[in-house]
Amino acid sequence: MSEEKQMVEGFESPINLKYSFAAGAATSKFLNEIKQGRIVGQRSDVTGFVSVPPRGACPMSGTPTTEEVRLPETGTVISYTIVHIPIPNAPVKPPFIVANIVLDECDQTFIHLVSECDNEKLAIGERVKAIWKDKAEWDLTLENIKYFVPTGEGAIDIAELKAKRLAETEKYRNA
Amino acid sequence: MSQNDDVLRSDFDLEFTYTRTYGAVMSKFFTELKDKKVLGIKGSEGQVICPPLEYDPKTADTLSEFVEVSDTGVITTWSWVNTPLDKHPLDKPFAWILVKLDGADTAMLHALDADKADVKTGAKVKIRWADERVGTINDIACFESVK
Repeated sequence: MSEEKQMVEGFESPINLKYSFAAGAATSKFLNEIKQGRIVGQRSDVTGFVSVPPRGACPMSGTPTTEEVRLPETGTVISYTIVHIPIPNAPVKPPFIVANIVLDECDQTFIHLVSECDNEKLAIGERVKAIWKDKAEWDLTLENIKYFVPTGEGAIDIAELKAKRLAETEKYRNA
Repeated sequence: MSQNDDVLRSDFDLEFTYTRTYGAVMSKFFTELKDKKVLGIKGSEGQVICPPLEYDPKTADTLSEFVEVSDTGVITTWSWVNTPLDKHPLDKPFAWILVKLDGADTAMLHALDADKADVKTGAKVKIRWADERVGTINDIACFESVK
């Protein structure tokens, strides 16, 4: 018998990074509010830009933000995609809609799910509203909002929406 | 109390579960390492490269002639570690060394378990084999001083 060795062809080389994430003052406040079912953003006193979730600084001017703005639960779909591939550990099953949504009275979009609608009929500019999870499940997360659903108003022109917001922010502009 | 007590913090682990393949030359090296044999490879100018490379660093020739080298060698350079990290091979102060094994012309990186006083360029060291060997660089548990 020849001495045929079992060759070692590779090895497991996992990379493990342990982070301790600090949310910062502004986002901590936002998360504490969302746990109570309130969406609270911040307005820049330099540019008038309203951001949510707030990061404590205006993304336009970089200046600190302190003014809090309670935001409504309605918004507009700015863009969206229909996901057909399952994501490991995700609770939702494809096909589902992931949308970039801007809340009313706000200037910054965030990503959330849109559901309870005909995927093929959703449009950019679609008016949507938040559907919350049961209050008992609320925690320090934007996932307290289960998903957004169309309000039934249909789609609006997002260029017009942008112009309207621009005019609105000018009222608060002190720069 | 500072205002920072209101700031939320959360731990999270990010993991990439990579599996790496050795390729023909390193596969041979690690297969033999598992059996306590250290292989180098002959370069274009006859020099012995250990750990082996697939191609000559100067001529880029494909290399294939394996040469067994010794489990003893000399330190060519080193760096002392006072406070080992979790993933370091030793849980006490140790030295990272470049060690040129006897029979090889190039040096390899590994850990040396030794008194700091014994860590010197040119000092003789020897492989301490791991009890369980699976075909990774950790089959060499570390190096130790030869007095």
